Amino acid sequence: MNQATPMIEVTNLDKYYDSFHALKGIDLTVHQGEKVVICGPSGSGKSTLIRCFNGLEWHNSGRLVIDGIEVYDGAKDIRELRQEVGMVFQQFNLFPHLTVLENLMIGPMKVRKIPRAQAEETARNYLERVHIPEQADKYPAQLSGGQQQRVAIARSLCMETRIMLFDEPTSALDPEMINEVLDVMVELAGTGMTMVVVTHEMGFARKVADTMVFMEAGRIVEISPPEQFFTNPSSERCRLFLDQILAH
Amino acid sequence: MPKPPVYKRFFDSVLISVIIYAIIVGLIAYGAYVGAQGMGYNWQWYRVPQFLYRNTEIGFEWGEIPIGLVATIKLSVTAFLLATFIGLLVALLRLSGLVIGSAVAVGYLELIRNIPLLVLLYLFYYVLGPIFGFDRYLASILTLAVFHSALISEILRAGINAIPTGQWEASKSIGMTSYQTYRYIILPQSVRFMLPPMTGEIVHLIKSSAIVSVIAVAELTTFGRNIISDTYMSFEIWFTIALVYLVVTLILSIGVSHLEKKYAVDQ
Repeated sequence: MNQATPMIEVTNLDKYYDSFHALKGIDLTVHQGEKVVICGPSGSGKSTLIRCFNGLEWHNSGRLVIDGIEVYDGAKDIRELRQEVGMVFQQFNLFPHLTVLENLMIGPMKVRKIPRAQAEETARNYLERVHIPEQADKYPAQLSGGQQQRVAIARSLCMETRIMLFDEPTSALDPEMINEVLDVMVELAGTGMTMVVVTHEMGFARKVADTMVFMEAGRIVEISPPEQFFTNPSSERCRLFLDQILAH
Repeated sequence: MPKPPVYKRFFDSVLISVIIYAIIVGLIAYGAYVGAQGMGYNWQWYRVPQFLYRNTEIGFEWGEIPIGLVATIKLSVTAFLLATFIGLLVALLRLSGLVIGSAVAVGYLELIRNIPLLVLLYLFYYVLGPIFGFDRYLASILTLAVFHSALISEILRAGINAIPTGQWEASKSIGMTSYQTYRYIILPQSVRFMLPPMTGEIVHLIKSSAIVSVIAVAELTTFGRNIISDTYMSFEIWFTIALVYLVVTLILSIGVSHLEKKYAVDQ
């Protein structure tokens, strides 16, 4: 890991929804190739935070710099930024009127203006990487949830992103499909991709995380390496949370 | 499962339904006939076919009614395309998120929706026509297009809003512009939500196109009026004209419901 190149720099970031204070003074730095797992109770602002990282939400104050680009509402280069930052959603959000292959090709072709043949080659390549090359010509509705989420991951990868954000990627899946998605994410982590993952899959976190972040009520309560996070968290609230989700 | 009561089974059976329906229709037709007899109306149905087609010494030629129908369809289709274009602009303006954009759109909608169609036609023909120098045909097309653009913009807006926000977010997150998102992601999916109400709207437009007969634009209803002023056969001709409108709009509705089924399967 190259500690010298920060990919995401968050400084004293605040976010409001009307009068609701969703994010309170967030400070966080993610370096190139680093894997950060964010967990915390629902409503703690985890999703809001990573949605700020590609401009799906705008912060109200503080500073957010991604890959050298300052992010703020109205930033001209926000579309360039989004091409660098992939996002995988809880609800997959595949395009239901397009085949799997078309889902993967539409971004490269329309946004990056890559020729069709080359886009298709890239798309088939990434479908191979997520282990479903045989589903290329099906529509999303014909796939299982786990397959759909893997297509969604491939769709982001096709944009040749430098950072991948995952917003509870396995929360909408049936239990037997969670592992096939996590396996793909573990493989992706092995390629040196910078990843920020909001998840409660602590097995996955143990395996790939370089840094664990625990959030509660809009604040980052704890940032620590996983060994310390899981064995000896410094905050009582984090310990309680871990006890609850690891109880079974 | 308990059987429905006897009277319900009796009235729901196909044969009985058809018979009752035939009796109701027959009574209405008989009432009209008796009423016409009462006022001494002289039925001349045998004179109607010449207005559908004629075989003259120079050969076969279409009568006024089919020619008028073609004119009505041309007028309606042109107005509908223009109405859809204006409607889309208004809908996008309203969805733009800009305060001024939605203010302009809402102002336009309220203005158009609160002017009667006939008054709008007079405005276009007698006021705007002389100012901008357009003829009665163009005035008719503009009137119909503007009037129906208000309803169409609401249909399009509802269709666009029916697409989950996740589709917008996914499009944004791969770097698409708003235009690309509409063009490749949102509108193709909205079509199936828009198709049924848009059919209703074109049927509505074809029917309201009859109003341009008041400024004597050549189309089906105007031709009907002309025939009647020549022949005094108001009953026969208005029945025929009504039937022609009915057939056209029914064909349209049936055609589109087939299209809808096809779309439903594709999704």
